[in-house]
Amino acid sequence: MPAMSNSNWDRRTVLRAAMGLTAAGGLAACGGNTGRNGGGSGDALVQYFHAYGEAGTEQAVKRYAKAYDKADVATQWITGDNFENKLFSALLTDKAPDLFEFHPQIQLVHSGQVADLTDIVEPVKDDFNQADIASHTVDGKIYGVRMIDDPQFFFYRKSLFDKAGVGVPATLDELVEAAARLTTDKVKGVFLGNELHAIIRPMIWAAGADTLDDRNRIAYHTDGVKEGLVTLRRLFTSGDLLLGAPADFWDPSALNQGLCAMQWCGMWAMPQMQEALGDDLGIFPFPKVTGDGKPAVYNGGWSMFVNAKGKNVDAAKEYVKWLWIDQKEYQEDWATSYGFHIPPRTSIAESADKLKSGLPGEGVRLFNEFGHFDNIGFTQAMIDATEDVIADCVRQDGDPEAALDKCDRKVDRELEKLFG
Amino acid sequence: MPTLTDSGVTSPAPSEAPKARARRPLRGNPTANFWLFTGPFMIGLAIFVYLPIGWSLWLSFFDARFTVTPSEFIGFDNYRYMLTDDGFTGSLVTFTVFAAFIVPTTWALALGLALMVNRLRFMRAFFRSVFFLPTAVSYVAASLIWKMSIFSGVRFGLMNTVLGWFGVDGIAWLAGPEPPWYWLVIVTVRLWLQAGFFMILFLAALQNIPQELYEAAAIDGAKPGWQTFRYITLPQLRATSTAVVLLLLVQAYQAFDEFYNLLSRTTWGRPPLVELYETALGENQDYGAGSAGAMILTLLICVVTLLQGRFMGFGRGEEAK
Repeated sequence: MPAMSNSNWDRRTVLRAAMGLTAAGGLAACGGNTGRNGGGSGDALVQYFHAYGEAGTEQAVKRYAKAYDKADVATQWITGDNFENKLFSALLTDKAPDLFEFHPQIQLVHSGQVADLTDIVEPVKDDFNQADIASHTVDGKIYGVRMIDDPQFFFYRKSLFDKAGVGVPATLDELVEAAARLTTDKVKGVFLGNELHAIIRPMIWAAGADTLDDRNRIAYHTDGVKEGLVTLRRLFTSGDLLLGAPADFWDPSALNQGLCAMQWCGMWAMPQMQEALGDDLGIFPFPKVTGDGKPAVYNGGWSMFVNAKGKNVDAAKEYVKWLWIDQKEYQEDWATSYGFHIPPRTSIAESADKLKSGLPGEGVRLFNEFGHFDNIGFTQAMIDATEDVIADCVRQDGDPEAALDKCDRKVDRELEKLFG
Repeated sequence: MPTLTDSGVTSPAPSEAPKARARRPLRGNPTANFWLFTGPFMIGLAIFVYLPIGWSLWLSFFDARFTVTPSEFIGFDNYRYMLTDDGFTGSLVTFTVFAAFIVPTTWALALGLALMVNRLRFMRAFFRSVFFLPTAVSYVAASLIWKMSIFSGVRFGLMNTVLGWFGVDGIAWLAGPEPPWYWLVIVTVRLWLQAGFFMILFLAALQNIPQELYEAAAIDGAKPGWQTFRYITLPQLRATSTAVVLLLLVQAYQAFDEFYNLLSRTTWGRPPLVELYETALGENQDYGAGSAGAMILTLLICVVTLLQGRFMGFGRGEEAK
């Protein structure tokens, strides 16, 4: 009965392998460290960073932390694409980080989650990009220190444009047309990310609208935005849009691997693209959607916040001041040595040679000319609601008006809670 | 029963071996014993099940944003919000569609596999293992394989490569709901993961059917194949089938992993658990509304369970005899 013995052997091996795997899993779980490693000099601080895609970033953050001698700063490098969820749930527990990077959002201020950093920013306030100061200010108090500004725009392959005989699109309609002409058996015309969520705000701006107006009322529900949504739906169904790619919009691989001719991405990926494509690379802002619209660039970025409910607020503030206010050398290293980011400090931006000429210089120009910064009143829940509009009437054959109405209900509920 | 025999043995013991330093029988008072045995479990149940349910009930009446210790009482507002929220009501529809797909297909596939493996003359153990192995794969890992290699939207994804051989254009399987290709992805991944496990259940049940029944049927002129299957095998599998269908329904209700991993930032294809997760623990951090939704769902499950007990007579079997 060879089958018999065979099967015994088979089963036992399987069992052994399963047990081995379980044991390994258990051990791995033991290794999970909470970031608090007790002994060391001074206070123990924990900081949260989302996982930057560029090589060397994690080591850099840890190197800066190590150079600080007044506290023991442990870094949690949060991988995966839902940093927000992990951060928000961690903040509710007593394992919450003492300081974390995020975007300015008013609900964090209202719920007393982030500490007032006015006293550390005030002395150097004039050296910051004033738009960054404005986006972190509520009632005259500054709640975060901007580390980097990250403009997002389109990257394209010049050679493919020449071959197809298309120019840089000046309107969204031209972009759709260009995508059609650039699409071949192997290459799709354009990549906007697998879920298209990254372009909703640029599209709103390029349609001459805004997220909220000066008095925190809805400003995105306009005919121009509806027109843009209809055009995007046309693009989505045209077959010229790259969908279901292995990596999302923030990763340069779709363009680098020749899957598409244009890609929405951020300036952070520029060094990797230049390395892969050399001079065969150009950039342009999100083209205007309507006649009275204007090209748009999203000036995203990351800021450092101090957890006001943490146990070491003062020590954390001190560390933020030391690294993100005083240590200009590290700030420049962080902004230009890995991915390209624009330093929010004017003095550093002026001395950063890497960003002065060529394509990075062009990126800085788009940032200054067409850039829109975060609105602190437009919170994550509202951003989510606008991203749902894309899901409802671009990825799905829904009515743009109905999708925007649904979004309005959600945003109004948030506005009601935040501003009354 | 064990307690009875125990006392029967221990009571004459002292007369036989009076000086043996017998261990004190663990008798004491029955109430203390009861608590000794059930206590740890009860404590766990209270802390990890009842306390969270109670807390959730409490949260559902508060405006709990970015906090689980809220202070603003808002009555039934959260319930009103959830019941009028398209996302939440839609998720119940999604679940129903999903269950309607997955329960019959898994049942049929598992039964089919079991029948085939059962008829094998050789290599039976091998095929049994092969079909059962996917059960050991994690839902997350399988979803990622389905998403990134088999049903990847790019031209070199496995399915698109196959389609390419026939000159069909590549499909972005998970990008949008029209046509609803995403159901194909979700149903196939779950089928692959589950069918083997239920096949084992059916296999066990098949091997329990007395051979005499088939012999008697053959003598009575039943044709092997469909007739025997329809009038002997299937009725004999009734108990197993019921159990399998119930288990499949429960598992469909718990569906989360593959939906969460396969569909991101969608407004479709979200079963209740994903919807509640996004509401409470997602970027909105609305614990009040999330808890209200959980309460509504709990209520629904209670009603369905009661009705099911009433119609299917589940758990009534013993007394009925």
